Amino acid sequence: MILDLPRFAAAERVYWHELEALLNRLRLEPGWRMSVPEIERLHYLYERCSADLVRLDAFSTEHQMRAYVESLVSRAYAEIHETRAPAGKIHWGAFIAAFPRAFRRHLGAFRLAVGLTLAGCAFGWFAIRADPEAKAVLMPFAGLMQSPAQRVAQEESAGNAKTDRLHGHKASFSAQLMTHNIQVTVMTLAFGVTWGLGTIILLFYNGVILGAVAADYVGAGYGQFLAGWLLPHGAIEIPAILLGGQAGLVLAGALIGWGERTSRTERLRAVAHDLLAIAAGAAAMLVWAGIVEAFVSQYHQPVLPYSLKIAFGVLELAALSIFLARVGRR
Amino acid sequence: MTPARASALRIETPEGVVFALQLASPVLRALAWAVDALVLAAAATAIGNAARVFAMFGTDWAAALTVFLYFAASMAYAMIFEWYWRGQTLGKRLLGLRVVDAQGLRLRPAQVVLRNLLRAVDFLPAAYLGGVTACLLSRKGQRLGDLAANTVVLREAKLLEPDVEQIAPVKYNSLLAFPHLAARLRSRVDPEAVRIAVAALAQRDGYEPPARVELFGELAAYLRSLVGFPEAAVEGLTDEQYVRSAVRAIYGK
Repeated sequence: MILDLPRFAAAERVYWHELEALLNRLRLEPGWRMSVPEIERLHYLYERCSADLVRLDAFSTEHQMRAYVESLVSRAYAEIHETRAPAGKIHWGAFIAAFPRAFRRHLGAFRLAVGLTLAGCAFGWFAIRADPEAKAVLMPFAGLMQSPAQRVAQEESAGNAKTDRLHGHKASFSAQLMTHNIQVTVMTLAFGVTWGLGTIILLFYNGVILGAVAADYVGAGYGQFLAGWLLPHGAIEIPAILLGGQAGLVLAGALIGWGERTSRTERLRAVAHDLLAIAAGAAAMLVWAGIVEAFVSQYHQPVLPYSLKIAFGVLELAALSIFLARVGRR
Repeated sequence: MTPARASALRIETPEGVVFALQLASPVLRALAWAVDALVLAAAATAIGNAARVFAMFGTDWAAALTVFLYFAASMAYAMIFEWYWRGQTLGKRLLGLRVVDAQGLRLRPAQVVLRNLLRAVDFLPAAYLGGVTACLLSRKGQRLGDLAANTVVLREAKLLEPDVEQIAPVKYNSLLAFPHLAARLRSRVDPEAVRIAVAALAQRDGYEPPARVELFGELAAYLRSLVGFPEAAVEGLTDEQYVRSAVRAIYGK
């Protein structure tokens, strides 16, 4: 069977055009709030065009017309069946509170990220203590290849105002640190899509480097220098990378869905906002850490006493802990 | 076993209406990405030029601004465009592609951000190898970022309302004198064949004469094989005239 297509098109064209105009307006003006009569009209037009599509499916051989009505129905479907609230104005209070709330909702994943990093630390520590020659393999970075004594002597002599090696480069150094660390954190999150394997490897490897550096400096008797050097920025930077790992593990958990009865799509949809809140929070922390690393961490005794730097780092860590534990609690 | 890759995403609405959305091929997506890469390269050049102006206020701050702006542009370009243009970057817009929710719903900001954050993994180990592999293995052609954000990339055909009055004009249709046979033709004909016949009629003057004779000969043979009209209805009709009359009969004209 087939429709009398010209007559059918003549009768229905007016509704198709009306629906198309409505959909075009919705596309061009994302902020447009429809009144109740307008919503009712949209619903009516959607149902009418859906019925037309069914008739064209059953009775017509005209592909172009079918494709046209199908495109209208598919576009209207997205508007009619969307039950999630539209993104409106950003409320900064809620936006800031979303980060610690998301962190607390997935505390298990954060603990796992910390555990993996600590396991890496232990591995790096014992590897360096057992075989100091492994340093070149475990942390192949030019800045860490010197002996701790050489590095401390170099840092402390370069740290005064006259021989400031970062003079005229602090801002660009800071920007490079921020962008690099944000990239690392994003990668730690994104590797969650490898069912968590990539995230686990990255967290463990970060731990190995931290443990190896600590073993190297503490073993040589420069524990205070190391704490003064790392804590001012590390108190924020390391937790930020752990948060990236937490987000990666949450993503992996949603993909795997152990013991869950919901579909993968539903699980991913349920955690998407939390992932972004954690990633945005970690990125903001890394901007701060980059500033501190360029403008504070690179200065040592006698310019900045180690005790002051350590106290600053401890204070930052305490403030971060309070923020993550308390803010946004109802 | 990996499920076969579909060329269309079929969605059934609660009202029982089924519609299909055409999925974009990896080649089209790669071309769109190449356009976006060119846009980003142009943005990098513009940022470099702007930094030279800022260098008047201090070279260190200008260098910092360059690093930061380039990083922000490379991270946020796709996110901003896909949100503002509802699933399209400049490259996708040029190639007629659009990112949508895999259930056919509206794209959400969280989905836009997530699929673009995961681009970092799709890019690995080099040149989007991870993303292309995932895309080829996925039934819906999703890269890893699409899988996590529950999105798909569609090919948007430019759909205009058809002008049915322009289909194959004919002065007098002898086949309509036998309505029962015309109805049988309508019920037996393959819609794809009708589409080809309509397209062939619309472009008939563009064919070389031998190709035109051969094409309409084949179409007429197919249509004749479906229903045999009496000699009186088809006497004196060339193959092309027969195809034109048959198409008009199918549309009831």
